[in-house]
Amino acid sequence: MATTTPIEIGKQSGCSASSCGSTADQMSHLPAHIRERVFNHPCYSEQAHHHFARMHVAVAPACNIQCNYCNRKYDCANESRPGVVSEVLHPEQAVKKVLAVAAAIPQMTVVGIAGPGDPLANPERTFATFRGIAEYAPDIKLCVSTNGLSLPQHIDELSRHNIDHVTITINTLDEEIGAEIYPWVFWNHKRVRGRAAARILIEQQQRGLEMLTERGVLVKVNSVMIPGVNDAHLKEVSRVVKSKGAFLHNVMPLIAEPEHGTYYGIMEQRSPSAQELQALQDACAGDMNMMRHCRQCRADAVGLLGEDRGAEFTLDKIEAMEFDYEEIRARRAAVQASIAAEMNKPKVQVATVSLASLRRRAAAMPPVLMAVASNGGNVVNQHFGHATEFLVYEASANGVRFVGTRRTDQYCVGSDHCDEGEDTLARTISALEGCRAVLCARIGITPWEALEAAGIKPDSDHAMEPIEEAVAALYAAMAEAGELTAAPAAGASVA
Amino acid sequence: MALKIVAACVNCWACEPLCPSQAISAAVPHFVIDAKKCTECDGDYADAQCASICPIECAIVDAAGVPLNPPGSLTNIPPERLAALG
Repeated sequence: MATTTPIEIGKQSGCSASSCGSTADQMSHLPAHIRERVFNHPCYSEQAHHHFARMHVAVAPACNIQCNYCNRKYDCANESRPGVVSEVLHPEQAVKKVLAVAAAIPQMTVVGIAGPGDPLANPERTFATFRGIAEYAPDIKLCVSTNGLSLPQHIDELSRHNIDHVTITINTLDEEIGAEIYPWVFWNHKRVRGRAAARILIEQQQRGLEMLTERGVLVKVNSVMIPGVNDAHLKEVSRVVKSKGAFLHNVMPLIAEPEHGTYYGIMEQRSPSAQELQALQDACAGDMNMMRHCRQCRADAVGLLGEDRGAEFTLDKIEAMEFDYEEIRARRAAVQASIAAEMNKPKVQVATVSLASLRRRAAAMPPVLMAVASNGGNVVNQHFGHATEFLVYEASANGVRFVGTRRTDQYCVGSDHCDEGEDTLARTISALEGCRAVLCARIGITPWEALEAAGIKPDSDHAMEPIEEAVAALYAAMAEAGELTAAPAAGASVA
Repeated sequence: MALKIVAACVNCWACEPLCPSQAISAAVPHFVIDAKKCTECDGDYADAQCASICPIECAIVDAAGVPLNPPGSLTNIPPERLAALG
């Protein structure tokens, strides 16, 4: 059986923008068999998420722990965050939905179960779903996201279903910190509280992590950054999970708005700023892969990361559908092969001024953040006004690196704000704080002027160009024009 | 002797598989406990299993209508803070 990696990540000769200090570097040190397993997984590969889609099936409503950032009552159609779903599915319904999505979105490579409770607190529903998907769509990757409490007891069954991607949410290794995050866990037929609860959870998570990596299962660790609670401790978490073989660490910002009804929301625990999150991710990085492109998506999200087409696949729409599994599978294979071929093409250098030629003036070239409006394909292809999120890159004399995403409508802030209001532009601009430029396919004169007034350079000259190259070209042009030395990169704004 | 699930229930399924008496079933608008089957886990477990995993305060009550998980007991959110938010 041929096991050649379709994408030769990090093997381009020379220094194309995307293999230079950027995401490809994170992949290039991995063994080939790992690269092969992640090249088309949008959650595991920064490059893949521009091209390949995923879906979550919400079959797991029950949970066996309480987290202070979660409210089990919550459901909002307009909101993207873990644990939020519009409809809980039975396993048969979930399998049908997967087939419907796999027919409509052939670039979908991965189906995950992430809740809305904990998948392993609903083992029968979770594993019945995986069995059904494996039967009708054996080419689709399966993964599961868990709090880890029941992980050790389900390891063998996970292995049996050939689920080779598992995400464990690990917020702490310290039971005192744990007691601040988890009010209780359900363990051995009892509700256990306080430090005893945290101790059990932490032990199970660490055992589960060790058992998974021993079996060669790829493990991603999610951590929620909670300022003043676990932020100073997460570097240690990162170090330990890496030493135990975790493949990727994803430090995510706490989401806590009062209207979500969570403990942290109501008690006014603040969320980290984009800059604080980035600083912690950088501090955790070391030789560990850090995930920067997580969208903290809904437990029933469908489509490319950063988009949600879930509303197109409600139960009433899919119930009447009939599928030709073979035909759909063949179409997926063809579409995905052509995406892989496209991704593997040698990059065309479009930068008019090479960064290398500017490197001698590096002292006068501070790193700056640039935001990009893109709806997929790894190109600058979205209208500024249509963007609901921006990809943020750091450009410097050393190259271009992806540092994260900024949502402009991430948090539904109540019915008063659900409509497009005139403050949308102001909120978008405030989401871009710290960025010196924004690249988009097109932009109107009003936002153009507002961005300039805020000290952010709008740019639509690089429409339809590959992102990293467009960012490099704009950075080089700004350096040539002497625009980079005027103000510090972080938090720059013109009052 | 029987427990009861009331309107606060969010249909999360957590209790149903844990009931040693198979007294709990999914229903509309919320899960129900068959009073004839419910033993309050007497003889099986020290604590009523449904109430021990239920994440929603006041969703499960005893025969006298008293919540097994009163306000603030699961989330640590002071009830007055919740009330202030409406």
